[in-house]
Formats: sequence, structure tokens, C-alpha cells
Amino acid sequence: MTARTDVRLDRIAAPAASAPRPRNAGAWRSALLPLLLPAVALCAWQLAASRGWMAPQILPAPELVLASFLELLESGDIAANFAVSLHRIGLGFGIGAALGLATGIALGVSDTARDYADPLLRALFAVPSIGWIPILILIFGIAETLKILIVAKAVFVPIVINTSQGIRDIPHAYLEAARALRLRPWTRFTRLVLPASLGPVFSGVRLGLGHAFIALIVVEMLAATEGIGYMMVWGRKQFQTDVVIVGMIVVGLAGFALDRVLLGIEKTLSRWVPPHD
Amino acid sequence: MTETALPASRASRARISSRAWRGAAVPAALVLGWLAFVDSGVIRTPLLVPLRTILGAPFLDPDGRQIWLALAASLGRVVAGMAIGSTAGVALGIALGLSRPLQRSVAPTLHTLRQIALFAWIPLLTAWFGTGETAKVAFISLSAFFPAFLNTEQGVRAIPRAYWETAAVLKLRPWRRVTKMVLPAALPSILIGLEIALLTAWIGTVGSEYAIGVGRGVGAFLVAARELFRMDLVLVGVVALALVGYAFNRASRRIFSRIVTWRDR
Repeated sequence: MTARTDVRLDRIAAPAASAPRPRNAGAWRSALLPLLLPAVALCAWQLAASRGWMAPQILPAPELVLASFLELLESGDIAANFAVSLHRIGLGFGIGAALGLATGIALGVSDTARDYADPLLRALFAVPSIGWIPILILIFGIAETLKILIVAKAVFVPIVINTSQGIRDIPHAYLEAARALRLRPWTRFTRLVLPASLGPVFSGVRLGLGHAFIALIVVEMLAATEGIGYMMVWGRKQFQTDVVIVGMIVVGLAGFALDRVLLGIEKTLSRWVPPHD
Repeated sequence: MTETALPASRASRARISSRAWRGAAVPAALVLGWLAFVDSGVIRTPLLVPLRTILGAPFLDPDGRQIWLALAASLGRVVAGMAIGSTAGVALGIALGLSRPLQRSVAPTLHTLRQIALFAWIPLLTAWFGTGETAKVAFISLSAFFPAFLNTEQGVRAIPRAYWETAAVLKLRPWRRVTKMVLPAALPSILIGLEIALLTAWIGTVGSEYAIGVGRGVGAFLVAARELFRMDLVLVGVVALALVGYAFNRASRRIFSRIVTWRDR
């Protein structure tokens, strides 16, 4: 029981050991310090579980969580639920991003569109996803449409805000240069407006995908029969707290990976777009 | 604030009023269309409820009147959770900003935990604390904690080096250093954190009530309305949810801009 914990601790510490040898003890300490709290928490957790201080329904032993994780991974449960969630995010993101970009560009380019639509959109944006869920359940039931709409809405809002603002914030000098060059509207749009606003637009996309992931977990927990969010609720209903914790780990890892990938894309994009052309 | 100071030309005033008219046009058209088709009885479906029914529900309908009790319960909860979560967040943010070893040992763990979408905590919290008040307040505290902590930590870390050196030269004791230097210097960032914390705490309140479904609150009100298939009550609940969020946002901005008068310089 404890042997396995030791192995896992070793594995956590391994990268530090294989890293280039630090010059002094201070560097060693600063490299190991971040692992101190998780290690203490893990030991306390192991101790509490092996001494039976808490019921396994409340706090399952670390090795049980690890075993369930491996089991769910091998049986394909995690993969299947993850695939369902991913499909929902993909579809909802596609719809929300396309509509969001179109709306954001319209609001950024045209004063008239902004004057007419802005107050209504603001009021709608003030309703969080948790408010849309019961309304949409009454209209569409708890089928796929509900989840995809919730995800699409979560993506839509930040993309509209960032796109319209990004276009409005284009420096005045650029627009004057375009006027002096007598660029046609379409050329001006593709050569000036789009590249100049790409930064804020993409951070809107990144924000939108983050929100989409959170909204999906919420809607899967509240109204679904499959997906990662549902897996956690199911574990809770079966009093299998180990499945709940596995779900949290998967959610955390997926959220982290998603953010990393988007951050990478954002960096590549900013290198690809010349700041001054 | 600046509107009175600037000499508003007639043209710009006309522009503002035309904007206001245009902004009101779409909502007004929607309301008129609703009145013309739904209230008059041209369209009859349980999903499209007459406007007068929705507006009357919080006052006339016995089920609708529950919204006031629900609001009171939710507001009590959000205050409790916000107090616990934001106090812990600000205190920890300052502590980590003051001590480098503490920062190194605690911050990475917290930043890792933050990757977990907030709602994913609910099943675990209900397993630990049951479906009563404790689990909800714990979740609300958690939703207020992270924004308060992150912004405080950032604010303390952004304090210029010269300030720390001055405090060292003056040999300020730790307590005075916190109250006279760290807190005022990091205050703008802390207040932004509290502003976000209040909003996430409110969403966390309604979300936890909705997810747990037991007891009173705006979230539980929405669940009950949905189960009764009462679109009018659902809309009343959603409007209450949005209005409270909006009011919180306005109030915190107002108060905070009064506290930090030196922010916009």
C-alpha cells in the first residue's frame, strides 16, 4: 500500500533529479518546494485512508483513485465520454465562433449595426449560461441541441465583444493611410482591418473556448446521460467518490491542455502577422 | 462624470439621443410583437407566455411569489460565501506576495487546482458536506476565492521594487508594512479581484442551488419552475438572476472607484 505511494513520489521527483545539477542547495530547495505541498497532502490523504479515518465513500484511498483511473482508461469509459464531450465542444464552438465573428465584424465596422444591436446584446450577455439552461431545456428538452447551443452561446459572447472592440481599436492613422491610398472597401477589410484586429480577435477565441469547456461541464452535469461532466455526477450518485476525483483530474488536465494549445497557436499567429505592414 | 465638464455640442447631443432611440428600437419591436401575437392570443403554446403573465407572476402567482424568498436565501448565501472566499483569497494572496518560500511552495498547487473547471467541484463537495447549506457555501467561497487570490497575488507582485526598499530603509515592522505599503499599493488590483469574485460568487450561488436542487434559492426556484413546465416562472427567475448580477457589478464599480480615486490618472 505504502510502497506504491513511494513509487509515485519517486516518479514525481524524477524530473528534478535528471535535470542539470543545480549549483547549490538553495536551487535544489527552490526546485523541490512546489512539490512539498502536494507531497504532504498526498501523505495525509494516504494516512487518513489507510487508518480508516474517513469512509471510502467520502475519501477513497489514493491507490483506489489511481486504480479506477487506470480501469476507466483501459475500459475506454474515459475515452468514450471524452469523445462525446469533444464532439459537443467542436460543433458548438464552430457555430458560436462563426456567428460571433460575423456579428463582431458587423458591430465593429458599422455604427448603425452597433447602435441598433448593442443594448439588446448587452442585456442578453448579462444572462449567464446557468440562466440559459432552464430556458433551453423547456424549449429543446435535454437532447444534444441543448448542449450545443449552450456551448455556442459561451463561445459567441467573448468573440463578439473582442472582435468588435478589436476593430474599433484599430489606430486612426491606419484608417487614414487606407483612405489616402484609396483602398477599396474589400481590400481595406482584408488587408487592414483583419490583420490589424487579429490579436484581440484571437484572444476572444481563446477566451471563448475556455468558456465553452466550462459551460459544457456545467450542462453535462445538469442535463446529460454521457460526457465527462456526467461521468462525475454518475460517480457521485453511485457513492463512488474515486470516479468523481478521476473526473476532476480529467477535467483539469483537459482544461490545461486546451489552454496550452491555444496559447501556442496565439504565439504562432502573432509571429505570422506582421505588426506593421 | 465628464459629460458635464465637456461642452456638449448640439450635434453630439443629437447623436447620443439618436443612438438611444436606435438602441431602444429592437427591444421595443420585440415587446410590441410579443403583445400583438402572444398576449392577444394569436399564438398559443405553453412556451410563449403572455407578457402580462410574466410581469404579474412575482406578485400575483402563488408559485411566482416564492421568488422573493428565493432571492433572500440566495443573497444571504452569496454574502456568506463571498465573505469567506474573498477574505481567504486576499489574505493568502498577500501572504504569498510577502514570503518567497511560501509563494514557491503554495502557488503552483493553487494554480494547478485552478485548472479544474469550478463546477467540477460540486460532486466532491456534496460527497463531503451533503446537500445542505455547508456544501453550497463551501462552493460559493471557492468561486470567490480564486479571483480574489489571483488578483491580489498579481497586485502584490507588481509593487515596484523601490517601495520595498523604502519600507526596508524605514524599518517598517511587518504589520505596518502590510497596512501602510502593501495594501494601498496593491489595492486597485485587489478591488478588481473582488469585483470579479462577487460576480463569480453570484453565478456560483445560483449554479450550486441549481445543481444541488434541494432547499431555497434562485437556482432551486429555476429547477422547480422547469419541472412544472412554467416558462413564465423560469423567465422570472432568469431575470432576477441577471438583474442581481447587473446590480452587483454596478454597485461594486461605484464603491471601488470611490475608494481608489488615484487609479485613473
